[in-house]
Amino acid sequence: MTEQGIGARVLRKEDKRFITGKGRYTDDIRNERQAYAAFVRSPHAHARVKGIDSAEAEKMDGVIAVLNGKQLTGDGIGNLICGWGVSSKDGSPMNMGAWSALATDKVRYVGDAVVLVVAETQAAARAAAEAVIVDYEELPAVVHAVDALKKGAPQVHDNAPGNLIFDWGLGDEAAADKALKGAAHVTEMEIVNNRLSPNPMEPRSAIATYDEAEDHYTLHTTSQNPHVARLVLSAFYQVAPEHKLRVIAPDVGGGFGSKIYIYPEEIACLWASMKTRRSVKWTSSRSEAFMTDAHGRDHVTTARIGFDANNRIVGFKIDTVANLGAYMSLFSSAVPTYLYATLLSGQYDIANIYCNVRTVYTNTVPVDAYRGAGRPEACFLVERIMETAAREMGVDPAELRRANFVKSFPHQTPVIMAYDAGDFAGNLDQALEAADYKGFPARRAEAAKRGKLRGIGLASYIEACGIAPSAAVGSLGAGVGLWESAEVRVNPVGTIEVLTGSHSHGQGHETTFAQVVADRFDLPIENIQIVHGDTDKVQFGMGTYGSRSGPVGLSAIVKALDKVEAKVRKIAAHVLEVSEDDLVIENGQVKVAGTDRAMAWHEVGLAAYTAHNLPAGMEPGLKEGAFYDPTNFTFPAGTYVCEVEVDPETGTTEIVQFVASDDFGTIINPMIVEGQVHGGIAQGVGQAMLENVVYDADGQLLSASYMDYAMPRADDLPSFAIHHHSTKSPSNPLGLKGCGEAGAIGSPPAIINAITDAIGNNDLDMPATPPRVWAALNAASAKIAAE
Amino acid sequence: MYDLKYHRATSVDDAVAKRAAASDGQFLAGGQTLLPTMKHRLAAPSDLIDLRGIGGLAGIEVSGRNVTIGAMTTHAAVAGSAELAKVCPALAALAGGIGDPAVRHQGTIGGSIANNDPAADYPAGLLALAATISTNKRKIAADDFFTGLFSTALEEGEIIVSVSFEAPAQCGYAKFPNPASRYAMTGVFVAKGGGGAVRVAVTGAGGDGVFRHDGLEKALAAEWSASAADGVAISSDGLMSDIHCDAAYRANLIKAMAKRAVSAA
Ligand SMILES: Cc1cc2nc3c(=O)[nH]c(=O)nc-3n(C[C@H](O)[C@H](O)[C@H](O)COP(=O)(O)OP(=O)(O)OC[C@H]3O[C@@H](n4cnc5c(N)ncnc54)[C@H](O)[C@@H]3O)c2cc1C
Repeated sequence: MTEQGIGARVLRKEDKRFITGKGRYTDDIRNERQAYAAFVRSPHAHARVKGIDSAEAEKMDGVIAVLNGKQLTGDGIGNLICGWGVSSKDGSPMNMGAWSALATDKVRYVGDAVVLVVAETQAAARAAAEAVIVDYEELPAVVHAVDALKKGAPQVHDNAPGNLIFDWGLGDEAAADKALKGAAHVTEMEIVNNRLSPNPMEPRSAIATYDEAEDHYTLHTTSQNPHVARLVLSAFYQVAPEHKLRVIAPDVGGGFGSKIYIYPEEIACLWASMKTRRSVKWTSSRSEAFMTDAHGRDHVTTARIGFDANNRIVGFKIDTVANLGAYMSLFSSAVPTYLYATLLSGQYDIANIYCNVRTVYTNTVPVDAYRGAGRPEACFLVERIMETAAREMGVDPAELRRANFVKSFPHQTPVIMAYDAGDFAGNLDQALEAADYKGFPARRAEAAKRGKLRGIGLASYIEACGIAPSAAVGSLGAGVGLWESAEVRVNPVGTIEVLTGSHSHGQGHETTFAQVVADRFDLPIENIQIVHGDTDKVQFGMGTYGSRSGPVGLSAIVKALDKVEAKVRKIAAHVLEVSEDDLVIENGQVKVAGTDRAMAWHEVGLAAYTAHNLPAGMEPGLKEGAFYDPTNFTFPAGTYVCEVEVDPETGTTEIVQFVASDDFGTIINPMIVEGQVHGGIAQGVGQAMLENVVYDADGQLLSASYMDYAMPRADDLPSFAIHHHSTKSPSNPLGLKGCGEAGAIGSPPAIINAITDAIGNNDLDMPATPPRVWAALNAASAKIAAE
Repeated sequence: MYDLKYHRATSVDDAVAKRAAASDGQFLAGGQTLLPTMKHRLAAPSDLIDLRGIGGLAGIEVSGRNVTIGAMTTHAAVAGSAELAKVCPALAALAGGIGDPAVRHQGTIGGSIANNDPAADYPAGLLALAATISTNKRKIAADDFFTGLFSTALEEGEIIVSVSFEAPAQCGYAKFPNPASRYAMTGVFVAKGGGGAVRVAVTGAGGDGVFRHDGLEKALAAEWSASAADGVAISSDGLMSDIHCDAAYRANLIKAMAKRAVSAA
């Protein structure tokens, strides 16, 4: 390891511009004669659009155009689509309802866009938007997924009868039933996974610029995957052909999944730019963000897990209803199916699993991937039910887990995934040791003296990252391949540009990717520039989500580096007149091993570009590209231990200890990895204790601002004790597993298990707010009193 | 935010005159409530009359146990006043628990009580302290001033100039913050006068805003202790229920916060 190579705590290169306010985000960009867009949005959760009167708005000062859905569809702009086809058990395809960027006949959630106003200023656009009169005929609304499936529920889309999008199953139902029937103990739970608003610090923003001279479009946008945006915008929404559309995602201030998708606003702005011949900019207000950014989670699940007399799991059966909101967002179908049910084996060797998932439409914001995407839902379920089962059976929860761990690899689960590496007991031991698990009873007794209820909870999580082998996801319905691409350009002076299809919106790629290159050629990190986020610069890319930038994106870079190195060796061997095998690359030189003969790195670059003395037949230049398609998912895993103290008077919970033992495979920059874990746990604390999207029965969003939507703050969080116990992933060249979501996946069950331990009641939903904890505690006390 | 006319008043009379001349004028103090409301387009005054340029409206005067706080005194100034801390530390602590530093350095006591948010802290303090609110026209007892959710006895165009009270022998405030907004989900201010009279005011919980709690006042007058408060039955009738918690939990918080307030006093 060099000081700046793999394993080094290199300070983030990008932070200088971020912390000095020099980052350039989409909203910072202002084009010539910039025009501004504002959307007229539905105030109703469900209504027919009977008429639109924009006469007043059109006359207002500074208004350039007032555009509606009929014009949009009339111009051939296509509907938004879900890019992952999931079929029902009976083989029928999913019932995808039409989603126009601007509603034509019906609105289906509060915030649904109806009309777009383009004006000279943002204020003029907003004022005119208020002057547009939309005649609505209100319809009854449905908000909760379980209600949407009931007979007589309001119908959200005509082509999804009973609001059912698909009724999907994975695993062998008969085998699971049989195993549960013969089980010595069965634990049954109903688990709600609460609905979350993503809240990236930077709201969504888009600037669409149509260039009449070239008949060409440029879109600056807050995207985690600009190439996918371009592909979808051209192939499905027909806003512009791919070669006439450039998508740039400059600095992006967080995404958490919510910036993967293509939203109506980007489509509408591109179209409006062509119609008005102006550059059209829209930036979401925070209120719009709450109303329109794709939400996360929202599952209601019943599950039964059975054990034999030796406490070994024999069967696990799960029935989930997942709320997808008013429309199917880009990857919405995959999240509660292939990213969820495939992980229901947890860290355990379970022979029989069956999972049924029904996805439904409701009159709420579309729901899609949010940090973890399906895996937090699976992990929460598995780890809550394991802990509860242990308590019911009177077994130490740590030991029940240990007894059921997968111990040899590769391990084929009954739900598609094949785990390739891990040491689950090693992570459990490390976490228990660090948390002083044995000393807990004494700490609980001490807390009781202070009038506090102390509890401890575990979660042994596993998740799947680095999505994913293209053929595998293709066979499961994905509309795209999930490889990644990279290009490495060594300039004539020896500096290096790496163009990657991964996108950084907070992950620190400019540093970690450069570390890998620096490590490979023993070069100073300053000489390496990471380029991303522009479809005109980078050949192609599938973007960043599911912790795939390391396992997939970096693997593509490594493949390109292999090619560069091969050529470097050939050139140096030729110039130095030695065999390639005699060369070593170190200290910025290509050296003949054991001698003082060498070419400086930049001399090799220069030789490649002057091409005065290259091996016969070699092309000039030193630039290599690669596509990498992984052989498997990667499987980060670990154990989290949370310890809490509950104040019985108010139900207030304080996290007094949080220990993580993670297996992320190879770690490139421990500081950045710790930051990812800190942020992930903070979001997990948010989900477990604070955050909740609430709609009233009419579909009005009640948690529509930070006055009512509680985000975790620094003083809600403890100091985290983060440990690593790693096995390398065999599925990519660097042995990486990914670390972006683990914290958000593993922490909620650990926290809820700790609180339920403290209060003696396993029945507690997220977010475990003080009033909920207080009520659950009282219910437990009432039960004890009655017995 | 909508377009509007901005005025900087030079005196209380000037502010009153400017407001009278406007079609739908509003006074601007710290702007910590008014400006967010305008940004959300929930308020659209035609004119803003800024009170910040008026001399003499800010400041804290303590003479013996008599305290007068100018309407334009910021929460930070109240929280940081050594004079006030000597005679009535609970009110200084209350001010120090409002919002965050940015809010405390802009927001004012006059703005807070004029707004009378049902979850604001000051109304509980002033009601329990039996404060007098002085305006450009008259003096109003706190008991008469807070008239319901976001409503006060202030007339159209009336300006709060100061609040005053006699510091009680003992007082304390305890607040259970809403986890999202950190306004009071329930806050209880207890005050025990020199003669032994006890006043208990509750904010954040009442369906009609801040109110005095008779049962707690009687129990604490009989015995000034947390355990005396613990013995009081708190009814949830008339308490608020919202997405954060129900009335039963707020009733529980009234007792819990009353106990803490007495312990802190
Ligand atoms: C993030 C945040 C957190 C907050 N947290 C809390 C909290 O925890 N607890 C809490 O109690 N409050 C909280 N607040 C509110 C804060 O205390 C405000 O300062 C207060 O509500 C209003 O005071 P202001 O000076 O800003 O008034 P402004 O917003 O300027 O005015 C409010 C209203 O009062 C009127 N007004 C102002 N001064 C006078 C006067 N002298 N005479 C007559 N009318 C007048 C105005 O016309 C306006 O209608 C918070 C605010 C924010 C933004």
